Amino acid sequence: MISNLLAKSYARTAVAALVALVFAIVVTSIVLSASGFNPPSTFQAMFSFGKQPDSVVNTVNRAATYYLSALAVAIGFRMNLFNIGVDGQYRLAAMLAAAAGGAWALPAGLHQLVIILVAAVVGGAWAGIAAILKVTRGVSEVISTIMLNFIGTGVIAFLLSPDRLAVKVAGSNNIGTKPISSSGRVPGISYPGSDLQIYGLVFLAVLAGLGFWFMINRTRFGFDLRATGLSQSAAVASGVDAKRMVVIAMVLSGAVAGLVGMPQLLGGSYSYSLDFPTGIGFTGIGIALLGRNNPVGIAFASLLWAFLDQSSQILEFNDIPKEIVAITQAAVLLSVVVVYEIVNRVGRRVDQRRVAAQLGEVAA
Amino acid sequence: MIDQEVRTPTPRTGGARAARGRRALTIGLGVFAALIALRLITGETDITSSGTISATLGLAVPIGMAAMGGLWSERSGVVNIGLEGMMVFGTWGAAFAAYFSGSPWLGLLGGIIAGAVGGLLHAVATVTFGVDHIVSGVAINILAPGVTRYLSDLLFTHETGGGATQSPPLPDFPTWSVPGVGGPLGDLEKHHWFLISDLAGMVRGLLTNLSPVTLIAAALIPISFFLLWRTAFGLRLRSCGENPLAAESLGVKVYTMKYAAVVISGAFAGVGGTFLAMVASSNYQEGQVNGRGFIGLAAMIFGNWRPGGVAAGAGLFGYTDALQLRGGAGAVHAMLLLLGVGLLALAVWHGYQRRMVTAAVSAVVAVGLLAWFFLTDELPREIVTYSPHITTLLVLAFAAQRLRMPVADGLRYRRGGGH
Repeated sequence: MISNLLAKSYARTAVAALVALVFAIVVTSIVLSASGFNPPSTFQAMFSFGKQPDSVVNTVNRAATYYLSALAVAIGFRMNLFNIGVDGQYRLAAMLAAAAGGAWALPAGLHQLVIILVAAVVGGAWAGIAAILKVTRGVSEVISTIMLNFIGTGVIAFLLSPDRLAVKVAGSNNIGTKPISSSGRVPGISYPGSDLQIYGLVFLAVLAGLGFWFMINRTRFGFDLRATGLSQSAAVASGVDAKRMVVIAMVLSGAVAGLVGMPQLLGGSYSYSLDFPTGIGFTGIGIALLGRNNPVGIAFASLLWAFLDQSSQILEFNDIPKEIVAITQAAVLLSVVVVYEIVNRVGRRVDQRRVAAQLGEVAA
Repeated sequence: MIDQEVRTPTPRTGGARAARGRRALTIGLGVFAALIALRLITGETDITSSGTISATLGLAVPIGMAAMGGLWSERSGVVNIGLEGMMVFGTWGAAFAAYFSGSPWLGLLGGIIAGAVGGLLHAVATVTFGVDHIVSGVAINILAPGVTRYLSDLLFTHETGGGATQSPPLPDFPTWSVPGVGGPLGDLEKHHWFLISDLAGMVRGLLTNLSPVTLIAAALIPISFFLLWRTAFGLRLRSCGENPLAAESLGVKVYTMKYAAVVISGAFAGVGGTFLAMVASSNYQEGQVNGRGFIGLAAMIFGNWRPGGVAAGAGLFGYTDALQLRGGAGAVHAMLLLLGVGLLALAVWHGYQRRMVTAAVSAVVAVGLLAWFFLTDELPREIVTYSPHITTLLVLAFAAQRLRMPVADGLRYRRGGGH
């Protein structure tokens, strides 16, 4: 029974995710009890808050952003390339795209397209620095993308000043880029029972997910990408140009990272200001790992993550530190990689036994 | 694997060691001379002031400890990207222990234990469960800030001066100075005489107002070298990073060695974290580590996985950080000149060696830097803040060539996987 179940790779993923989730709930409950809170009533409060219409809208909006970020990370992960720099890439991209969108007046349709294109190009270019350093100088992309995150923060601080790309936001101390005019905005979708709107660019996330699936599973490039990730030497032997793959994958990952800020920029804030959300790139790493770099898995993972973030807002009112969900998320993450490793090992043994049994039949 | 280049190991004679010592001395004197020249040309006194040197020492300690942590772990074959998170654990553990016990020394112990727990987590994931080293490290980096924020919210918010993102003020370590050095050298330094004042500034910076944690950190580098390169334990540990299957066949307990190395690695990160929370500032603050764990890894790569090189790397990053903090935009601007001239020299060297592409790239960058230096008076403050990070990138880009990492670094190892 179990051996049949583990023979399927998607079943392995699902089992691993489920076990990890249970484990994370247990860990969270232990931490909550140890801090003197009642776990069931805490979960109850989170759940009833999380299913309110406003929370649903916020969860979907967050999830779309997380999804794009995780997708960007996953493109690299699929070929063992660690793009830790999604965070810097999306912030720099969102800032420059917002500045471009605010400065240029274009007809509707073209305006949005240009903004999104600018974001993708900036994100790709920023990631491209790490790619070039890797293929020409052998610099580990892990270190270089992390450094580029910091440097990106400096570049944003430099550009986002009133002498350069920023203007004062009316009625506050905040500064931001010039707001994008209505021709560049993307209308939202109403959700029954809520005054809030779902970002129109949620569809951009869906589209990116479909594109990712198609590219990975149905194109030559995707095949090469996966092959390089599984065995670089085998891929090179079969004629894959490993350096070229690194550059393309990294730039592509950066371009998708550039899209991360778009749903919010074109659907809600219309300008990049000091309070634009940060840290989504790191969240994306966690979600990509949780979703096993699979577009469907990542979708579930980002919804879960967004739900936890959103529903934790209620905990403040009950005097429970809402960072408890950070512990839940980290526990899910750490246990999912461990559990997947174990499930995979057991699964491999099952495979071997089955093959051995079949060979035995043939021989007999 | 058969056609791999076979290198005959150089016999470690006294002569070779002396030669290496002479080279280090030459490089050291060269750097010193270059800095003095730079001070004279640009008039930025902060380039060699005792304040900058003492700040360098302070900023080099956390980076150096992270780098030594990375060295311990990677010498046993486990890549440790989680150092950043382990340092975060260290800052919090130090604050917790120091505040609730009232003793800075117990704070240091708390920091070390908290860091080591982070290391243990990494060891369990990578060694026992065979999880990809980078994946586990990234997970720890995500875990650490969440856990410390939660614990702070629980334990520090009800204390005066504490909150969800910071601890109350912590007890101080005593500071030590070599007696009779500070006063006279301080006088000499004020005159800004060629060479004498520079030397006085540097010596004064190195010998006065030292924290015991700085001294412990400095001592840990030669101690690590001795343990890793002069004892049987060290040989076994390093053999796990070079060829674990061969080590296993000789009876080395590879899992035990890797566990020891990664836990020690976390403990080093914990020392660095303690320093950040208790010496570099007066309390634990969220975001205090700010990428120093990663810069430490870069320092380790720069130092070619050897303690002496690691110390030099930490010093370099500490110096750039100290310069931007104290001298600000002007002093870092002066560095452009040094960097430009240095790169130009490198370009000439590459050209002489007939490596034309590298030479051309170096030359173009060098000319760009020099033009930048002569056409501007200052660098933008917002970007100068990140000069350690930019230095990291530049150093890796221009130096990451003739390095030799442990052969089995980052590879998955299962016991009995050799047949």
